[in-house]
Amino acid sequence: MKFGIVTFPGSNCDVDALHAVTDQLGQTAVSLWHRDHDIQGCDVLILPGGFSYGDALRAGAIARFSPIMQEVKAHAERGAPVIGICNGFQILCESHLLPGALMRNAGLKFICDWVHLRVEGTAPLYLSGYTSGQVLRIPIAHGEGRFVADDATLDTLEQSGQVVFRYCEADGTVSAGANPNGAARSIAGITNAAGNVLGMMPHPERAVEALLGSTDGLPLFESLLARVGA
Amino acid sequence: MSRFRVSVQIVPRKGLLDPQGKAVSDALHALGFADVEDTRIGRHIVLDVKADSAAAAENSVKAMCDKLLANPVTEDYVIASTVTA
Repeated sequence: MKFGIVTFPGSNCDVDALHAVTDQLGQTAVSLWHRDHDIQGCDVLILPGGFSYGDALRAGAIARFSPIMQEVKAHAERGAPVIGICNGFQILCESHLLPGALMRNAGLKFICDWVHLRVEGTAPLYLSGYTSGQVLRIPIAHGEGRFVADDATLDTLEQSGQVVFRYCEADGTVSAGANPNGAARSIAGITNAAGNVLGMMPHPERAVEALLGSTDGLPLFESLLARVGA
Repeated sequence: MSRFRVSVQIVPRKGLLDPQGKAVSDALHALGFADVEDTRIGRHIVLDVKADSAAAAENSVKAMCDKLLANPVTEDYVIASTVTA
């Protein structure tokens, strides 16, 4: 399986993502520049974390118009996997490839910490390596991670199994205290209706080896491998 | 073609939590400004635009807001002023 990691000016988790899918998952991967129009036959595209365009205007607002986003959109519309992590999630929302938006954390501070996530939803492409209700320990690092959408959109996301990760306590209980950024309904990650576009604020690529403190992010990539094939 | 200076105010949509605005409201209350009911903090953008008329300049800026300057999910915008630049 071939991964393409998109680097925008200001991306800073692109090398982490590359490391996760090559060294830990054993797959091939290429770096794609945001001005590229050729995705080089990649099966999976990752929009990594960082501060594309310095978060000017709004996080992800300008990266949305990078040339490669036309290819990302076409890839998504073909039903192929697209993952947006942190700033990548913000870019996918700004691009309307995912519903909703990410706003300033309710507590105003940038948060770099470990959180617990409860696995939910019905996105086998990304979740087949997990069990429903499983609690993961994965890091976050963001200042604008408060997911918001109107109530109708939130209801649709929940009813159609598109909410895939929710912030929770260590025992899986969803509570206000375990919600680091004030996200609507404690939402940490969602997919599009087709289940091939995933956006999440936590960083699974930083939780792929014991040395990093957790391997709970690895099954996400292994699920893809099982579905898309080596 | 004339040159117009168009100012746009973009604010977080009412009903959505604006933590900066809330912090400022709380501070104002602490200072005795009990009459403040709500504060929302957004951004003010000033654009110099070439157009045939003020209305055309405003229409152009509205298109910019819809496409890039404001997030339709979370923000509302209003053109605050248009003057000849």
